[in-house]
Amino acid sequence: MDDLLTGSVLIGLLASAIRLATPYLYAAIGETFGQRSGVLNLGVDGIMLMGAFSAFYVVFKTGDLVGGLLLAALVGLLMGLMMAFISVTLNAQQGISGIGVYLFGLGMSDLLFQKLINNVQTVSGFPVAPIPILSKIPVLGPILFTQNVLVYGAYLLVPIAWFILNKTTLGLKIRAVGENPEAADTLGVSVSKVRYFTVSLGGLLSGIAGASLSIALLNVFQYNLTNGLGFIAIALVYFGGWRPTWVLLGSLIFSFVNALQIWVQVVGLPIPSDVAVMTPYILTIVVLVLSAQRVRPPSALSKAYERLE
Amino acid sequence: MKKVSFIVVLLLLVALLGTACAAKPPAAPAAPAEQPAAPAEKAAEPFKVALVTPSAINDLAFSQSMYDTLVKMQSQMGSDKFQFAVSDSMFVVDDAAAAIRDYASQGYNLILAHGSQYGSALKEIAPDFPKVSFAWGTAGDNFGIPNVFAYEAFSQEGGYVFGVLAAALTKSDVIGVVGPVEVGDAKLYVDGFLSGVKASNPAITVNVNYTGSFGDVALASEAAQTHIGAGADVMTGSAQMVVGAVGVAKEKGVLWFGTQADQSSLAPKIVVASQVYDWENVVTTMIELNQAGTMGGQNFALSLKNGGLVLAYNPGYELPADVKALGDAAAKGIIDGTITIGVGGE
Repeated sequence: MDDLLTGSVLIGLLASAIRLATPYLYAAIGETFGQRSGVLNLGVDGIMLMGAFSAFYVVFKTGDLVGGLLLAALVGLLMGLMMAFISVTLNAQQGISGIGVYLFGLGMSDLLFQKLINNVQTVSGFPVAPIPILSKIPVLGPILFTQNVLVYGAYLLVPIAWFILNKTTLGLKIRAVGENPEAADTLGVSVSKVRYFTVSLGGLLSGIAGASLSIALLNVFQYNLTNGLGFIAIALVYFGGWRPTWVLLGSLIFSFVNALQIWVQVVGLPIPSDVAVMTPYILTIVVLVLSAQRVRPPSALSKAYERLE
Repeated sequence: MKKVSFIVVLLLLVALLGTACAAKPPAAPAAPAEQPAAPAEKAAEPFKVALVTPSAINDLAFSQSMYDTLVKMQSQMGSDKFQFAVSDSMFVVDDAAAAIRDYASQGYNLILAHGSQYGSALKEIAPDFPKVSFAWGTAGDNFGIPNVFAYEAFSQEGGYVFGVLAAALTKSDVIGVVGPVEVGDAKLYVDGFLSGVKASNPAITVNVNYTGSFGDVALASEAAQTHIGAGADVMTGSAQMVVGAVGVAKEKGVLWFGTQADQSSLAPKIVVASQVYDWENVVTTMIELNQAGTMGGQNFALSLKNGGLVLAYNPGYELPADVKALGDAAAKGIIDGTITIGVGGE
């Protein structure tokens, strides 16, 4: 049993986890902004799919990677704006409208794929970019510093998000609007402007999350490419207690257990495949249950705010 | 403001529904919402087939195999004799049941419930429409209902042949299998493949993992990475998620065997062969039986023997002649029954 979990296997598992966590991170950090300001956006998966297709289409037609990424970000931003309009201006039920956005993204991305490409194939996406000196460090080098360009972006996002939320006035406004929008409003903070910003930012990041799949990690697009990933990302926001650093930890734990269950099956440990596949999700549930006591959601989460004029 | 928001939300809902419905490919000549253009003379009423599948028709796997068959039949028989409509991506069984019922009440002659999860829905619906033929795939049980056919694929046969080929091609003596869910024809294929490898060279290690889903491309991609990390230089897998695995195989120069549809377009240099499902004989027989008055009650299977399973070798990959001979011998052995795979039916 000793030679099963060798050093090189562990390195492989950790590298796998880092890769797997990338789309979850982009989407979950984006959703964290939105939820911290009080808006629940369940449409993340649909926005990811639209972002994934947009990026894929640009790269498929022109080979322009940055252009694809930008289009994915733009499409995500627009869909985030749409969600913000529905939730903030129209004050609709956020849960339901989020599902609507998801269905729209799922169907539209497939419709566009069928009309414009209709043939499952791969493209040349963002490459793996080993960081010059750091990638030569034993153990940490292959795990952290020999990854895809968009993988680095996801991890760099975490300290930036933490900084914005905790150390800037903007972050203060976001948190205030999410806890007590009435009080924030009386102090002159525009609740709708803040929420528009956070939800659109969340959409932008979800679009990039989709692109990280279609033009970096998987280099392919097909119907329902994300397969529910966006919903897990939303769960990871709860898992991480609405804090970027803990969202990172949650994404890594989830992805590591996922990488582990693959490996457990590959080396032939006598665990039924159905049980192995369940483990990351069971872990998530257990953590959510255990942390339910200690962690409080933003008080105004998913409650519509109407200015009493 | 409330009234405006109500109207806007209503419009949005309509737009959403429109988009969701538009996801069905209009390539099908007869959309379910409208009656197909009936020919002027009553003499030749086209035979109308409806296809309901759980995944997309461009999934390079299960659903595409049946869609391609129907397209081929359409071009051969002509649209005045044969028409078909498709509702794909019906992975929610209730949606599929609604679609099946819709098609039945609109006068379609044969409805293909192309998903093993549709069984219980068919059991309920079929007795309500005794003049319509229903077909359930992949399955071997037609419930004894007189207007239900059942059809399946003996994918373990192609699996076995590919196992033999893989065993001959591997240099590291480690082979990787990326499976979706451990059920149905995916399991048959994997078990057949394992059987073929073991029969050729029991010393070869075959590592198998199931990702637990038919569509999780990201997990399939990581699974392939893990297999290659464990030393695999030949891989295979099933379901539409294998795109992820093939991408990794392409990157790392690992050989690939595909099933359900011809996957050589994904990676022309490393795909050795694909087991293609050709449903034409099955569908043609069902149509003939229906027109002769037998609405159902029979089971069909795709096999190497009846030509329903086609081993499509990738011309872009140079398969050594002696290895191909081994594969051909295995196929012949399966067809004349001298080789027992020990998996599944027949």
